[in-house]
Amino acid sequence: MFIFVARRLAVAIPTLLILVVLSFVLMYAAPGGPFNSERPLPPEVLRNIEAKYGLDQPFWKQIVNYVVGVVTQFDFGPSFQYKDRTVNDVIAQGFPVTLTYGFWSFVVAVTVGVSLGVAAAIKQNTWLDYLAVGISIGAQVLPNFVMAPILLLVFTLWLGWLPGGGWNGGQWEYLIMPVLALSTSYMASIARITRSSMLEVLNTNFIRTAQAKGLPMRRVIWHHAMKPAMLPVLSYLGPAFVGMITGSVVIDVIFSTGGIGQFFVNSAFNRDYSVIMGITILVGTLTILFNLAVDILYAWIDPKIRY
Amino acid sequence: MPLLEIDNLRVTFSTADGDVNAVNGVSFDINQGETLAIVGESGSGKSQTAFAMMGLLAKNGRAAGAARFDGKDLLTMSNRDLNQIRAREMAMIFQDPMTSLNPYMRISDQMAEVLMLHKGMGKAAAINEATKMLDAVRIPDARARITMFPHEFSGGMRQRIMIAMALLCQPRLLIADEPTTALDVTVQAQIMQVLGDIRRDFGTAVILITHDLGVVAGFCDRTLVMYGGQIMEEGPTDDVFASPVHPYTSGLLKAVPRLDRADATLATIAGEPPDMSRLPAGCPFSPRCAQVLDNCRAERPVLATRGNRRRACHLPIKEVA
Amino acid sequence: MLPNPSTVESVAAAMDMAELRGRSLWADARTRFSRNKAAVVSLVLLILIGAFAVFGSYLTTHERDFIDFSLTGRYAYLGVPSFETGHYFGTDADGRDLYARTVQGTGISLMVGAVGALVAVTVGTLYGATAGYFGGRIDGAMMRIVDILMSIPFMFVLILMLVIFGRSIFMLFLGIGLISWLDMARIARGQTMTIKNKEFVEAAHAIGVHPAKIILRHIVPNLLGIVIVYATLLIPNMIIFESFISYLGLGVQEPDTSLGALIGEGARNMGNGVLWQLFFPLFFFVMTIFALFFVGDGLRDALDPKDR
Repeated sequence: MFIFVARRLAVAIPTLLILVVLSFVLMYAAPGGPFNSERPLPPEVLRNIEAKYGLDQPFWKQIVNYVVGVVTQFDFGPSFQYKDRTVNDVIAQGFPVTLTYGFWSFVVAVTVGVSLGVAAAIKQNTWLDYLAVGISIGAQVLPNFVMAPILLLVFTLWLGWLPGGGWNGGQWEYLIMPVLALSTSYMASIARITRSSMLEVLNTNFIRTAQAKGLPMRRVIWHHAMKPAMLPVLSYLGPAFVGMITGSVVIDVIFSTGGIGQFFVNSAFNRDYSVIMGITILVGTLTILFNLAVDILYAWIDPKIRY
Repeated sequence: MPLLEIDNLRVTFSTADGDVNAVNGVSFDINQGETLAIVGESGSGKSQTAFAMMGLLAKNGRAAGAARFDGKDLLTMSNRDLNQIRAREMAMIFQDPMTSLNPYMRISDQMAEVLMLHKGMGKAAAINEATKMLDAVRIPDARARITMFPHEFSGGMRQRIMIAMALLCQPRLLIADEPTTALDVTVQAQIMQVLGDIRRDFGTAVILITHDLGVVAGFCDRTLVMYGGQIMEEGPTDDVFASPVHPYTSGLLKAVPRLDRADATLATIAGEPPDMSRLPAGCPFSPRCAQVLDNCRAERPVLATRGNRRRACHLPIKEVA
Repeated sequence: MLPNPSTVESVAAAMDMAELRGRSLWADARTRFSRNKAAVVSLVLLILIGAFAVFGSYLTTHERDFIDFSLTGRYAYLGVPSFETGHYFGTDADGRDLYARTVQGTGISLMVGAVGALVAVTVGTLYGATAGYFGGRIDGAMMRIVDILMSIPFMFVLILMLVIFGRSIFMLFLGIGLISWLDMARIARGQTMTIKNKEFVEAAHAIGVHPAKIILRHIVPNLLGIVIVYATLLIPNMIIFESFISYLGLGVQEPDTSLGALIGEGARNMGNGVLWQLFFPLFFFVMTIFALFFVGDGLRDALDPKDR
């Protein structure tokens, strides 16, 4: 097990380094970027950057400086836009928000999706199945940026039940719509994947053996079918995680929740490269760690994968 | 009263291209401790007969007629009642040992759950009992290997595990659906040996479903030959082999390689197994039968009993070649 | 030992059968597809949407980029959808005709979907076929790269690129296509591994045909079925990608527009009582995605009936 994790980390760490270097090179090459002084920067900002990277130094030294800063202290340097803030300040402010509603979205997508999918598979070709399939097909065309305005329209403008935006420390009224908007399409996909993989598993020979052993259906499903049926779902969780974290950008913009997505878009418009890079690297790190966790879980479920 | 009584069993599958009749009115009994072979080509309905008894038909399949175990009809029974009989009274092992065990569970868990459910044993006792059963089917070093996963065993070993698992509750009837088909020839003999020992030691009645006549001889008391979802002939194994009374059986026997007659060419039965959704009106075997008579195609022969043998054929017995 | 004649005959018969089936694969697929009502209806819908995008501009006298200053500040009641003014779908805050803009937005969204899917499928197929054909260490290295790239959150990198190299439709096409080829590469590789052991590939290899030619001539054509299916399933995702970026204002730039940009504008003005600005683009977006999903599903079932 230890070797397995170590081997995965051996892939993950270079991936991260590539991401960091790639971002820096892109930023360095950028026309109008801070490193080629086409664009006048506020003098304070310029001083911050200079103190950090040493603009007079050669490219390779700058990149080493940056990478060392990121790797050793998780220090993404000063912002190019705000004179008194570093990228770390921005992340410290926005990340807890993103993490909160992201976590709940993930929980909702997985629990509702899996339950719906399993129920549909067990009751194949009944009204429950048709309903679940209907919901998951319908929700496919409702990505977060479509779902969010619809929710706002219904629950804020028409019914007036929920606040139209803001965060307010993450109170539940402020949490509902971001979570729903972010999770719906992933919930649908998870339901669809669960249903088809459960149906497939229920048709296998070893399920027939379990039935021949006189086990009640409940036990057949939970003890024999569930693990293998969850493997495709598990593989989907990686992409779903990336999708949700990407979607959080839209959620932050629409609901003004104040997560990192909002800073990301602002920085994109203002060419605040260091913030964009910092957030990209943060998200990349999270993704890689998440995928690692999924891999470990996968290996734990499937005995044929040897660590 | 026979242990199991199959009465005019029919199995139908509804498919997109219409109904497929896999089993068409099959009747037979098996007594306590008896061994019966059901022989036929693939698609003859022999496996579906067994699945229908165990309540394991695919979702689009339905069974009609009756299958009385100890006088209780398995076909009309609720799932809950059927679960009381499965494994406890009547167990089944399957054709493909590579896929019939759950690859995600340890052997110990898969075996113990049977005893925990049916006998109310605790886990430790159940695993202990399961280990003994693995010893009985001659799995070497069973105590250590019981915690392994199925993929760590060979095909023959897995089939032994399946047999051991089926026998945990000492059922009165064991249905073995092509237990050796997927295995090497040398392993086949070992598995048949294990089955034979089990039958002797536990007095279990066995239904052996196979297309391999070589397996049947020396193992089964009676043999039942199926074709096109119907019974062609039935009788004591020795008699059926010595003097078949149906052209299909005699064709099958001629197709078995014989080591004692080096000069003989191996005969085959011309043609293809029948399309079960479009069976001929008469005898299902008539399109391939070398000795077909005029009325064979139009009129389905009845299964007539004569002494301890049954057969469904228009051809006079003496003329069967 | 010689195989007995009846075995040879039955194998030959089976081969004939397979050949017969091979020839009618596409015809078979067409029959199966036309039996799938949802797919057929969706195909018709898709053609209608396509026609709307191509010919829709002939049905109005308004230019999509004509700003009507007389409506400025008053478009909430003057810009209401109406046949009298000729603004069938109403106008936006600048008094621009929403019908004309929706026509263009639909067109651009469809185009992004098609071009993005084309780029993704082309790159992915060639990459995957190459990896699968050579196998061994080359395959290992190539697929490891795919693994690494898969764990990078590409939307962020794409936005970073859009910021650095400027926002243009070309960048968008390229970027969206380039981040979506990874799955196709995996699928193509898997298929190639099975195809490369077929006799015709081994024969080509044996007579010394150049690997590049084998891949292009013998392997890629045999991947066509699965490539088509994957491409159709990819198009709606491409459209969603593009709409996502344009929604944020980072994609297609004014005066051009796409459905995502229009939905974003509609959502921002939702509170001003101009719901038509949200409704019409949303309607076309949802219909397009719906139709594409059903057509893709139908195609997959038709070309690969066992995969259900």
